[in-house]
Formats: sequence, C-alpha cells, structure tokens
Amino acid sequence: MGNYSLSQGNHKSVAMIFFRTAIYVILIITAIYFLIPLLIMIFTSLKSMDDIRTGNLISLPREISFDAWKSAWDSSCIGVTCEGIKGYFWNSMKITVPAVLISTFIGAANGYVFSKWKFRGSEVLFSILLLGCFIPFQIILLPMAKMLGTIGLAQTIQGLILVHIIYGLAFTTLFFRNFYVTIPQDLVNAAKIDGAGFFRIFFKIMLPVSIPIFVVCIIWQTTQIWNDFLFGVVFSSGETQPVTVALNNLVNTSTGVKKYNVDMAAAIIAALPTLAVYIIAGKYFLRGLTAGSVKG
Amino acid sequence: MKLQSPGNFRNTTSYISDRLLPKLVLAPTFVSTILFVYSFILWTAWISFTKSKMLPRYELEGLVQYIKLFANDRWWVASKNLLIFGSLFITICTILGLLLAIFLDQKIRIEGALRTIFLYPMALSFIVTGTVWKWILNPSHGVEKLMQDMGFSSFHFDWLVNSDMAIYTVVIAGVWQSTGFVMALFLAGLRGIDDSIIKAAQIDGASLPRIYTRIIIPSLRPVFFSTVMILSHIAIKSFDLVVALTGGGPGYSSDVPATFMYSFAFTRGRLGMGAASSMVMFGAVLAIIIPYLYSELRSRDNG
Amino acid sequence: MASLTIENVKKQFGTVEVLKDISIDIAHGEFLVLVGPSGCGKSTLLNLIAGLETISSGTIKIGDRDVTSIAPKDRDIAMVFQSYALYPNMNVRKNISFGLETRKIPKPQIEQQVTKVAAMLQIESLLDRKPAQLSGGQRQRVAMGRALARDPSIFLFDEPLSNLDAKLRVEMRAEIKMLHQKVGTTIVYVTHDQIEAMTLADRIAIMKDGVLEQFGMPREIYNNPASMFVAGFIGSPSMNFISGEIIEHDGELQFPLDAQNGERCHMPLKDLCVNPHTLAKRTVVLGIRPEQISAFSSTDQGNSSVYKLTCPVQITEPTGPDTLVFVQINNQKTTCRIHPDKAVLPGESMALGFDLSKAILFDPKTEKRIH
Repeated sequence: MGNYSLSQGNHKSVAMIFFRTAIYVILIITAIYFLIPLLIMIFTSLKSMDDIRTGNLISLPREISFDAWKSAWDSSCIGVTCEGIKGYFWNSMKITVPAVLISTFIGAANGYVFSKWKFRGSEVLFSILLLGCFIPFQIILLPMAKMLGTIGLAQTIQGLILVHIIYGLAFTTLFFRNFYVTIPQDLVNAAKIDGAGFFRIFFKIMLPVSIPIFVVCIIWQTTQIWNDFLFGVVFSSGETQPVTVALNNLVNTSTGVKKYNVDMAAAIIAALPTLAVYIIAGKYFLRGLTAGSVKG
Repeated sequence: MKLQSPGNFRNTTSYISDRLLPKLVLAPTFVSTILFVYSFILWTAWISFTKSKMLPRYELEGLVQYIKLFANDRWWVASKNLLIFGSLFITICTILGLLLAIFLDQKIRIEGALRTIFLYPMALSFIVTGTVWKWILNPSHGVEKLMQDMGFSSFHFDWLVNSDMAIYTVVIAGVWQSTGFVMALFLAGLRGIDDSIIKAAQIDGASLPRIYTRIIIPSLRPVFFSTVMILSHIAIKSFDLVVALTGGGPGYSSDVPATFMYSFAFTRGRLGMGAASSMVMFGAVLAIIIPYLYSELRSRDNG
Repeated sequence: MASLTIENVKKQFGTVEVLKDISIDIAHGEFLVLVGPSGCGKSTLLNLIAGLETISSGTIKIGDRDVTSIAPKDRDIAMVFQSYALYPNMNVRKNISFGLETRKIPKPQIEQQVTKVAAMLQIESLLDRKPAQLSGGQRQRVAMGRALARDPSIFLFDEPLSNLDAKLRVEMRAEIKMLHQKVGTTIVYVTHDQIEAMTLADRIAIMKDGVLEQFGMPREIYNNPASMFVAGFIGSPSMNFISGEIIEHDGELQFPLDAQNGERCHMPLKDLCVNPHTLAKRTVVLGIRPEQISAFSSTDQGNSSVYKLTCPVQITEPTGPDTLVFVQINNQKTTCRIHPDKAVLPGESMALGFDLSKAILFDPKTEKRIH
C-alpha cells in the first residue's frame, strides 16, 4: 500500500514513536501467543513423566529425554497394538503421495480444458464440478462407505487414495483453471496455427509455464490429505488408518497411565511433514491457501 | 521453396480430434462428480426419508427421521453449540485477523517472520491442534497448574471438563488455528488497495484513523465477505477439532452437527437419522455458499 | 501465395450476430486491412480466416481450397498476434522453429529457414534469448519471424503494432510494408488505426457492428466514402458534417452555408449530386474534409468550384505543418486546415474558400451517401 502507513511523514513526533512501539509490542505479544503451543508441545515431548508432574506447562525440561519420541514412534499403544505411530505415519505417506500426484495431474488437464478448450456447456460443467467443493462431506460418507464395500476397497489404503482423489479433483481443477485463464489464449492460438494439437500444446506450451501452480497445488493437496481426519476415521480401520486417526486414538486411549510427553511427541511427528512443507515453501503455501480458500 | 510436410493438407480428422479430446479429458471427472457427488447426495437424501437403522432400507417413510431429529435434544445441543462456536469463531477471527493485518501493514521490519508465526497453525491438522490444546487446557496439569504455580492459588480453569464451557475451548483452539489465515486474506486485500485513493485522501487532509475507518476498511468489503463465508464454512464442517479436543463431551455437551452425524451414522447404527442430519448440514452450507458462489462467478469475468 | 475469398460469412455467439453476411475477395499478393472501431467484428473475422473460431455460415477459400471447416494448422496460414504470443518457455530460435518442428520438416531445412528469417529481420543476435529478455520491438520482430519462417500462403496480423510506442509503431509499420513488398505474400491485417490502414493497405475493408461498410482501395475510400461512418472514420482530422436545409434560390436548388455573422453563401446542388430535384426542401448533410476548406486566395477567384465565406474564428490549433481553424457554420463546429502563415487569431474573421469539387452529400436518416 505504499507510503501512507503510520511511519509516514517527516514529523517523527513522540506520539508517533509511542504509537509504533505499541504496535511492535502488540505484534510480538501476539506472536508469542501463537508460538507458545508449539513450544509447549516441544518442551513436554522432551520431558520425563516425573518432570511433567512436578513442573508446569512452560517449565523447561530438567533434562532432555527423547524417550517419549521413541515410544511415540514405535512402542506406544494405539488400540490393542503397541507399535507406535510409525506404521500409521507410513500409511499417511502411502495415501498422500499417490493421491496428491494423481489428483494434481488430472486437475491440470481439466483446468487446461476449462480455460483453453471451452466448448458448448463447459462453463456449466465447471459450475457443476465447483459445487462439489462446497458440500459438507458428511453427506457423502454413508454412500461412499457402501460403495467402497461394494468394490472391495473398504478399509483399505487404496480406498482412501481413491476418496481423496475424487474429492480433491474439484480443487485441483479450480487451481489450474484459474491459473490457466491468466495465460493468454493467443498463446494457444499461436500454437494451433503452428500445427500443434491438444496434447502437444498441453505438454510443450502449458506445462512448462505451470510450475508455480503445480507447487501451489501439490502443497495444498498434501496438507489437505495429510491432515485429513474425517475420511480416515470413516473409511479405514486398524492397520490402514492414517496418522491423524492414530494420533487421536493414542491420545484418547484411556487405559493405563496418561503419557502426555508421548502424546506431544506423537503430535509433533504427525505435524512434521506439513510443517516442513510450510517452512520450506511458505510463499506457495499461502498462495494455495488464498486460492483454495473456498474449501472449508 | 514451399515448406510442406507430407501431412500438411490432411483432411479434417485432426480438427475433430481436437474437439473430441477436451471432452474425453473431462469425462472421468464429470462421471465421478455425477456419481460420487450428485448421486451420492441423492442417495443420502433418499435414506433420510427411510427408517434405515444399521443397514440402509429403501422404503420411503416420509419425514419421520427429520421429525425425530428435531425432537432430539442432542441435535439441539449440537446446533446450539455450532451457533455459539460459529459466531464467536467468525467474529473473533475476523476482528483479530483484521487488526493483525493492519498492524503488519505498517512497514514492520520483522513482517516476514511474524507472518510465518501467525500462519503456521494453518499447516497443522485440527487433530494436532486439538491434542496440544487439550494438553494446555488440561485441568490438572495445564494452565490451571501454571497459574497456581505462579502464585494464583485460587485460579480455576476447568472449561475442558465443564459441560457449560467445553464448547468455548473449541473456540479458543479454532481461533488460534485460523486467525493467521484471516490475517493473510486481509493483508492481501490491504496490499491490493489502490495507492492513489489513499494519497488523494491524505491530500484532502484526512487523518490516519479516518482514512482507515472511512476508506480502507470499507474498501475491504469483498474480503470481509469471503472471510465470513469461508469461516462459516469451516465452522459448519468442523469435526476433527471437536473430536480431538473434547470428543463432544463431557457427555454430549460439546457436540456439533458433524460429530452428531458421525456418531449416529457410524457408531450408533442410526443411518436414517445420520442421513437426515447431514441433509440439514448440507442445506445450511448451501444457504451460505450459493450467494457467495453467485457473486464470485459474476465478478470473475473469465474472458 | 494465394488469393482469399470470403463469401457470405456470418458468425453468431449465442443469439448475438457479430458478423452479418461479409463478403470480401482479394487477389494473391494483396495487402488487405480490416479496420473499424473496437467491437466491429474485425478480429472475429480474422479468427474465422485463421480457423480459431468456427463459422456460422458462409465459406472461406484460400486460393481455390475451401478451408471453411479445416483446422487452423491445415490452412497454410501464419499469424502475428497483438500480444505477440511468444512461447515464454522457449528461446527465440525455438519459438521460430516450433511450427516447423511440429510439421516434421527435416532438421537442416529448419535451421536454414531460421537463419534466413533471422537475417531478414535482423534478429540473429537474439536467437538464444527468452521472450522475457526482449524489448517490445524485439518481441514484435520475433513474432513476425515465427510467422515468416513458415512461409505460408497467407499472413494474418492481429493489431500487431498496438502494443508499441508511437515512434516504434511508425518504424515497424514501414518495415511491415517493406516486408510485404519483399515476400509478396497475401496479408490480412486487422487494426483500429485508420492511418495504419491507409498507409499499408492495397485494399481496406471498413467494418462497423459486424457489417462491412465499405471495401475498396484506400484512395477510393478516402475520396468516395459510402457512408457518414466511413467518411468520419477515415481521415484525420475527421471530415466535417454540416447539415442544412436545401433552399431554392435564383431558380435552382442550393445548399446554404451560414457563418452566423450575416455572411452566407449558397452552393448549387447540381455540383454535389446527380439528381438535385429529389432533394428539394429536405435536410441533407454536406461532407467536406478540413483540407478542402482553406484560406481564400486570389487564385481561387476564377475557380468555379471554390466558394468564399468569411467566418469568425473560434479556436486555432497549430499542428506544425498546418493550423486547424475552428469556425461555426450552420451552427455546427467546422474544422478547416489552413496554411500556418494564413491563419488568423481567434476572434478575428477570416475568408475561407470551400472547395466543392470533392464535397459530398449524405442522407441524415440513413447516413448513406447521396449520389
């Protein structure tokens, strides 16, 4: 917004300095508020249970111990098995990677058609598809469970991949369509006149310029699918559950002594992939968030 | 001299294939949308008019499930909770997000770092958020103990296990998770405002607060609009956060429609009731989203 | 090289008819300019020729091939776009060769062609750059190079100069004309700029609201516009339109010019049209170009087609070579193009000579020319 902010003006009065200091103070306090849960998570995960009982939320660990992490990873009890969340972590990987790649690629092709190869009725089709972004998924849970049972994919990783692809398509299509409409139609026309057909234009002209939107879309889909709980809890069980479901089961397992340090370590492990994505590619993450913000 | 490839003057087959291919590419998505979205909605609607229990039954029985649903105390608790959660969540997120965006827009030196901090909760799953807040709000080891350790020995904070207050803990965690996102939306809106309008107001002698209240904030109207739409959409669909934080409890005091639906459809074997509740949720979402979509599609000229 | 025949072409978008029965025919090697205000359908017509949009009815022939329902790539055309539409991910060389590669032309021939075109357009030094690294003028050249490399039967240009600044535009205009003379290929060129149309075209097609208003050679269109729209569109400053009621005076029908200061003159209708008696008592519009109104001089005395009228000058606009002088005639603003030395100051009166030899009459209702 340029040069009208509070710092503006050559008259740096006392009031102005006070004002700016106040803003900094407010912002920093808010930042601390936002950071504290993360710090608490990390501190708690590094404490022993004794340390937790005697200390309090924000007390530093007396002695740093990775036992909770180890236990969370491969020996804590979830339901009846006591093998930690590692299996579920890999489940999430096995679900996320193919679902993200497939839904992104189909979305790219769809977006390409909706923006550059419009035909009679394609706009209507797009609206029909778009409405799929907005449905509360509760409404498709029952028939989907039945359908997965019918095709033999109930409670399987493949079933979850399929579900994530199907309900991710509307968003990936929307991403790519909105990106491709900003690419001039003339570029496609020029290629048509140069003799290129549908696929040649897609692979030679459109894909090479789509890297930014691919990053945005992949990050968005990764976050969505990795963090999903609803589909995971409804369409999988036991061995095939994703890490979010396992984490929730771990935390809510009521048998035995509550091990808060293990809970926190497990929570961090479950959050690590998406946090890493956010830290590495924050710019694209934000772009995806604003672009895909239609999704609840 | 003429450059001609052997196939240069082919017949019209390539023209036809270029007309057919786009439709072929869309076909799988189209079929899956019709099947997995629209016909599934119809299926659920159908079931909501039957007396399905554990297994789906297809004989229509009229509005019996809806009548039972609206006579169900738990449903009304869930609806009331959604109203409380939704309105507080939306209001607080919007106000906080807007304030943070305005403050961050004052040429703050550490803007990048602050933005990163405000926004990172958005990368977490609601399950993780719920888990950590459940620990922070834990009545024996959490904030209560912290305050008591700090000398406030009479401090009590038991919202998580208090059936009157449990829904407010969901608000706390929800606000923590989503405010950064609202800030990002508003910041983008602020950065998009035409400089010259503000310069003109300055030349007209308007003070800074006046510029904000009279020019900048009103011109963010579309951002307000989409923020509220998105947040209410999140609120209606909120499920994970409640499950992880309170599990809907104590009892069913912090249930929301999404957990209600899950519980009736999948753990209590009341398919018809579950279907009816999801239809009501669907109706609520439509009521919010259709005006939003309408204005979005109208304003977005797609050339 | 090929001729181009457009027969009864119509185009509808939904219920909106954007092209209404257009027929244009040019010989091979001719330079056709489609000109008109925005929304007149000229770009749509170009896209129909290119095959980028489908025709609603009518036929388009290139040479004697009916291309109406043939894909763009099989029409043997090349196109230069307003936005240049260079492929951003490819360097200049690839941009130029892409079309040839797609057509599976042998490699050595492609290289030869790229070299030849680059030399012709003096872009050899740019061949390894990406479009983003080029200036507007350079992009323009590359876009032309891409079209030239294909050596098509027809070149299509879609407002190719409108994104350039004024000076570059004039330069590139001259270059396009030279290029046309060198390669001699048929060209269809769309523009909204009447000067481009006049300077480049062998034939101009002026369009308005999807209708072909007039099709002809530039001079013909300038001197004999078929309608008030054409007359006003071509030529700058625009032709003056002075409406007046025909009166009978000295036994003949005359068109009156009234300078609003008591000065009047009357022009005999028989010098302006073929059948003056059909116009008795009607209101008509006299079209006269600014350069046909000049300072009345002694040499005009004996010229029977020049009429003298002394008018008070309202404003003057010196443009350098001429001074535009604005006066009120029949209560309507009228522009006159005067030699700068002859112009008087605003407020003063000036004797103007109206040269009737090229003046024309229009029907104010149909806006068509009265012959």
